[in-house]
Amino acid sequence: MRNKYIFILSLTFVCSLLLALFSEGLKPKTIFNKELDKKKNILETIGINIAMMSNDEILSSFNENINEITLDLNGNKAHDMQHSQLVAFENNITGELKYMYGNIEYLPAFISEPKNALIIPISGKGLWSSLYGYFAVDLTNFNTVKGITFYQHGETPGLGAEITKDWFKSSFVGKEIYSNNVLNSIRVTKAGNADKNNLNEVDGISGATITGRGVETLLKRDLNRYEVFFRKNK
Amino acid sequence: MNKQLFTDPLVDNNPITRQVLGICSALAVTVKLEQALVMTLALTFVLTMSNVIVSLLRKYIPSSIRIIVQLTVISTLVTLIDKTIAAYMYDLSKELSVFIALIVTNCIVMGRADAFAMQNNVKNSFFDGLGNGLGYGIILILVAFFRELFGFGTLLGYIIIPEEYNNGLMLLAPGAFIILGLIIWAQRSLTTFVEE
Repeated sequence: MRNKYIFILSLTFVCSLLLALFSEGLKPKTIFNKELDKKKNILETIGINIAMMSNDEILSSFNENINEITLDLNGNKAHDMQHSQLVAFENNITGELKYMYGNIEYLPAFISEPKNALIIPISGKGLWSSLYGYFAVDLTNFNTVKGITFYQHGETPGLGAEITKDWFKSSFVGKEIYSNNVLNSIRVTKAGNADKNNLNEVDGISGATITGRGVETLLKRDLNRYEVFFRKNK
Repeated sequence: MNKQLFTDPLVDNNPITRQVLGICSALAVTVKLEQALVMTLALTFVLTMSNVIVSLLRKYIPSSIRIIVQLTVISTLVTLIDKTIAAYMYDLSKELSVFIALIVTNCIVMGRADAFAMQNNVKNSFFDGLGNGLGYGIILILVAFFRELFGFGTLLGYIIIPEEYNNGLMLLAPGAFIILGLIIWAQRSLTTFVEE
């Protein structure tokens, strides 16, 4: 009787020790991969084709094209703040990320002078999971969409996961986030219902209406947070 | 004896086409050949190692908790391989998403651990695991071969068939069902096996 408990306890102990060691050992590599993946996604939002690039080329292209900026909630640049100083807190219900330095909230963003784009991080709930990505708008009119990507999600492959596919992402390019000078963001309709000539909507994904609705909600919310900056610099 | 343990599950007693186990991942990760190859390696590793470990411990495992013990061993191995793929093949691990982690629930792994490794010695269990893993892999690679060839017109990323002849059905689950069905049909008519 006692034997049973000793057996399972020691087995679990050995297994968890093994996993912990393994996970710690691979940590630097995993962190590097994640950072690289974010950089790839940022480059993709401004239309740079990264498919054929090596890791070094991606890093150097990132340094050439992208500068990070940090904004305060009034839309002014906080020159002494860096992204690495900010800690992200996620709202577990909406999937919204808030970037804090102590008690003060900041808005991190990226600027690409060569591609004339402002890139902001976006996040929110899809159907099963939180979606994380980047969204780029034109740096002069803050209206025309340059691109969108998602670097992390847990949606169903073939359905919600289509948000990472080219057909879905490219449907945003050239759309506009303002209509009649109001920030209405971009509507994600049911699959096949979007009007091609309407600059404020794109087609959703067949079988993943809720994921599409999630994308619509998170875009509108996150764009609104940056609107003060858009208004000031237009 | 050993040779048969290894060769039987490759064709005659194939876990997918004969026992119809592990269908879920056979449908899910066979869109591209590369995914199928990595999945085959991952599953064969987990299956062989779990068979060996369970067989090593078989005399000490209290029978009332044997399923829990097997699951602990299997999920540890799966997590190890999942982390390794995430560290060294990040893009591929994103494509394979949950399916590596879902090896835990693959019926072949649990099935072999409980039905074979619990009763047999380490050497035989090793070959049984290897054979079943590769038997699963052969079918996976076969299905992926046809799906990538006719769906994307490529093999391992190299273009074989021009884009205008690609068939979108192959990229969806029904494409996998059809190909898998054809393979099972072909095998059963060749071996004249009939389900009782």
